[in-house]
Amino acid sequence: MKPAPFAYKKARTLDEAMALLGGQPDARLLAGGQSLIAGLNMRLSAPSLLIDINGIAGLDGIALKDGKVEIAALTRYAAAERSDIIAKHAPLIARALPHIGHVAIRNRGTLGGSLAYADPAAELPACLLALDGEVEATGPKGKRSIKAVDFFKGLFETALRPDEILTALRLPAAGKDSRVGFAELARRHGDYAMVGLAASARAAGKGLADVRLAYFGVGATAVRAKKAEAALEKSDVEAAVAALDLDPPDDVQATGATKKHLAGVLLRRVAQQLMEAA
Amino acid sequence: MKITEDSPPVLTVLDRPNSYIGRSVPRPNLQRLTQGRGQYVSDVSLPRMAHVAFLRSPHAHARIVKIAADKAKKAPGVIAVVTGAEVAKVMTPWVGVLTHLKGLKSAPQYPIAVDRACWQGEAVCAVVAKTRAQAEDACELVEVTYEELPVVADPETALDPKTPVIQPELGDNLCFERKLEVGEPDKAFASSDAVIETTFLFGRHTGVTTEPRAVVADWNEGEQRLTVYQGTQAPHMMQNLFAKHLDLAEQQVRVITKDVGGSFGIKVHTYADEMATVALSKLLKRPVKFVADRIESFVTDIHARDHRIKAKIGVNNDGTITAFEIDDLTGIGPYSVYPRTSGIEANQVVNLVGGPYTTPNYRAVARVVFQNKNVMCQYRAVGHPIAVAVTEGLVELAAAKIGMDPLELRRRNLLPDDNYPAQSAAGLKFEKLSHHETLAHLDALMNYAGLRAEQKKLRENGIYRGIGFASFIEVTNPSAAFYGVGGAKITSQDGATLKLDAQGHISVHTGVTEQGQGAEAVMAQVAATSFGVPLDRVRVVTGDTDNTPYGGGTWASRAAGIGGEAAWQAGKALRANVLAVAGSMLQTKPETLDIRNGVVVDAASGSERLTLAELARVAYFRPDTLPAGVQAELMATRHYVPRAYPFAFTNGVQASWLEVDVETGFVKLLKHWVVEDCGTIINPQLVDEQMRGGVVQGIGAALFEHCLYDERGQLLNGNMADYLVPMAMEMPDIECGHVVSPTADSELGAKGAGEAGTAGAPACVMNAINDALRPLGAQPLTDMPFTPEKILRALGKV
Ligand SMILES: Cc1cc2nc3c(=O)[nH]c(=O)nc-3n(C[C@H](O)[C@H](O)[C@H](O)COP(=O)(O)OP(=O)(O)OC[C@H]3O[C@@H](n4cnc5c(N)ncnc54)[C@H](O)[C@@H]3O)c2cc1C
Repeated sequence: MKPAPFAYKKARTLDEAMALLGGQPDARLLAGGQSLIAGLNMRLSAPSLLIDINGIAGLDGIALKDGKVEIAALTRYAAAERSDIIAKHAPLIARALPHIGHVAIRNRGTLGGSLAYADPAAELPACLLALDGEVEATGPKGKRSIKAVDFFKGLFETALRPDEILTALRLPAAGKDSRVGFAELARRHGDYAMVGLAASARAAGKGLADVRLAYFGVGATAVRAKKAEAALEKSDVEAAVAALDLDPPDDVQATGATKKHLAGVLLRRVAQQLMEAA
Repeated sequence: MKITEDSPPVLTVLDRPNSYIGRSVPRPNLQRLTQGRGQYVSDVSLPRMAHVAFLRSPHAHARIVKIAADKAKKAPGVIAVVTGAEVAKVMTPWVGVLTHLKGLKSAPQYPIAVDRACWQGEAVCAVVAKTRAQAEDACELVEVTYEELPVVADPETALDPKTPVIQPELGDNLCFERKLEVGEPDKAFASSDAVIETTFLFGRHTGVTTEPRAVVADWNEGEQRLTVYQGTQAPHMMQNLFAKHLDLAEQQVRVITKDVGGSFGIKVHTYADEMATVALSKLLKRPVKFVADRIESFVTDIHARDHRIKAKIGVNNDGTITAFEIDDLTGIGPYSVYPRTSGIEANQVVNLVGGPYTTPNYRAVARVVFQNKNVMCQYRAVGHPIAVAVTEGLVELAAAKIGMDPLELRRRNLLPDDNYPAQSAAGLKFEKLSHHETLAHLDALMNYAGLRAEQKKLRENGIYRGIGFASFIEVTNPSAAFYGVGGAKITSQDGATLKLDAQGHISVHTGVTEQGQGAEAVMAQVAATSFGVPLDRVRVVTGDTDNTPYGGGTWASRAAGIGGEAAWQAGKALRANVLAVAGSMLQTKPETLDIRNGVVVDAASGSERLTLAELARVAYFRPDTLPAGVQAELMATRHYVPRAYPFAFTNGVQASWLEVDVETGFVKLLKHWVVEDCGTIINPQLVDEQMRGGVVQGIGAALFEHCLYDERGQLLNGNMADYLVPMAMEMPDIECGHVVSPTADSELGAKGAGEAGTAGAPACVMNAINDALRPLGAQPLTDMPFTPEKILRALGKV
């Protein structure tokens, strides 16, 4: 459990980090290290260079800008948990955060790292998808925004180019009629979820509109259950459960069939949350 | 016999004026450990020390065709790349058998596989380098050519004629078989009002220690002596084995065991990689260090509990249990583990099923088979969690079947408290147990009637909570009957040496070892009380074969009961020696004196006569002033081994209160109770901590821990993310109560307390889950661990 040899450089500016990243094809960025270091120690990957971005000023922070909540990539989970802006304007993130690992992990782990790592069972990518958020990627040619739906490409695979750094994520700030729901099932507190569901909607009269259901832990990436969304917009929870078009693979915790059943249970619980608030 | 909450009774023999028996004194090592000043093997660093990493077989069964090491040998920092054949030149192989387990057989096992790897994770080559990282780097450069062989994974088919034989020289894949028949089980079943049959499955799991296995071996060529720093439970046993397999005298081997970060039975066995490390030190004539990492721990630390048991109970409508029957099958890997063997667990299951009850009819068969998976051997509460789950699972199924309250059914069948000595159907001998008193105590402690009422009310609201019980007995304080009689050089006796220093303080050198369980605290309490000094004047020394009396170490809940009695007797002996000197100094009869609170006093009035410092000063520096012929002997050693009974059985009963989410199959543990009887309680807090920690490990077995193998013998979840150890957030409050029936075999009267929690908890949780789901008509769950998926299946939801 010792990593293969690697070089280490601490970048002081984004430009320096980008120059280092461009200069070495198998270099990796080091953020909170909560996923990367475990992978290195298990020799699942052996990059030749680690570029530490923890010393880059201005790469963390949470702000409300033009109706959007902007979270800089290096913001730690723990900082987000304490943020009033998150509590008020990104309530789905606020609900999801306590489920991510344990306090020690949340003290180091970063929101940008979670999105860049793109674990299929991670909470944050699903939240981004449920909220129709976007990430900001900075590369040699400047910044670009990538919608969540276009960002997560596959298992641990994103639309980020090798020479790009994820610099921020942006979410529409919650309005008066926004509704969110979140639930996950993990065998032990702090484990990655067996199945999880992050949801957002808009209250419309007695019902819900613009329902977005993002499941995690059920496939290669977080996925939306669009047929169930449509049923929920008609306020028919059981039809939504019946319409769940998920096909989760088996893993060491449960078979796909069990996960599918649990996805239905979560849907009933999350629908309740969405409607209660409505 | 008295019921105690947290302050045990004052015990006459032990009621010395400054008694620490029955007091929750802090552990002497607490400050050192909490300040990060522990000395674990990982902390040991010696001049010229090299590090070894092992290349491990990725296959469950494969012939090693070729090992190409040229590239690795040239890699940075590499000192040597060593194969199994080369190590075999300095260290002989071993065979894990015991003669009292008749017919038990196994094949010779080598420190490193010589021409065949028999499980995924077996070491096939060692790389020694200046750092562990360099050794791991070089491991990646070693090219091993394997020829894959057929894998025997499933115990059910291991004995089929068409299944390949893993160790051809043994003739078949049967390691050990035991059959037992007592009374007339067939007749009893035939005449019972009800017979319940089911199959219990126990998930293979392991004991995850905070500190992994670790060893630093230092062969000193000049001195022709080997020093081994090892995280072990049994330094003297390891001294014997290192000497034997390196062809050295025991004198040439010293084993030093300082702090150990948890053992649970994992660290009381011979591990091929640790033996190889010792051999490499001899071969390379320099210190070599091996610290197992998490990934290799999962495939090499012994596993345990992988049993399939078909079981049967007969019961009459009046609640009489008429008979028990079991058919046990267990797969233990390719070798029986040395020197305790892998037959003991199944043997214990046969011994223990039905143990708390008066039921006279019993049939058991147990078969232990070889397979290509990691080895299995003794882990905390060996065999007990299985036997208790089978027995108590059957008892609660029987209670449900005849419509009797499960506690009432137990009351009608448990061995009566007033009829000892007694014997179980399987032949276990009990000096004194307190099944009924512990049961009554538990009933009150948990407010059983109130809980049942609450359960009923909640069910009406669709909330499914369950109550489950487990009565248990537990082997502690083993005599030579456990291993010695089978020919193993594992001592059941233990010794303690007490020494008075020149300032009137004492040191206690003991053969038992500290694994984090608090043995040092117990030794200090016993010695301080027995000799008569304040606790802060006692220093305990453990874990050094050069400096402690020959002893067995820590296993089978023996440290306090056996090591403690040795310290008690040594304390008395040293007190007598000191008072003899005091008597001659004070010109009075020693019988009229005593040592209390570190001062020699007049026994009758308690008034001070002489300080120990003054006595020591005279004895050590001015012996010329003592009368002629008086020679002070200020060091005393005593040994102790239980003789009257093979084991000092403890007993008790546990209960679990939990809620099942019938939509998700998730179990929420709400509360757990243990009422136990470990005889004299030396340190109430330590006993409660042992109970709680034990319960948590038992809950691990019931709900979380499982080494999942595929049919190719590959471990699928050998890491801390996928192998689920029980964690604090999921654990319930665990309340303990005590009944005290001291053993008369020793003056101290202490039995063991280290394993009872683990013995009973899985059964309790299983019974509580089944109790919760009974109104829903769910098929009883008997397949541990009870995952959400299994619970959903039982409910017919998936
Ligand atoms: C015990 C434990 C439990 C955990 N449980 C959970 C859980 O329940 N849910 C969950 O979601 N996560 C969990 N995690 C993972 C944790 O959330 C990680 O922190 C997160 O996945 C990665 O964030 P990081 O800042 O630590 O990234 P790092 O580990 O430093 O990096 C992860 C990857 O992302 C890349 N990267 C990081 N930052 C950037 C960036 N700005 N731009 C481009 N690439 C970048 C790195 O190069 C690396 O490949 C757990 C971790 C542990 C150790």
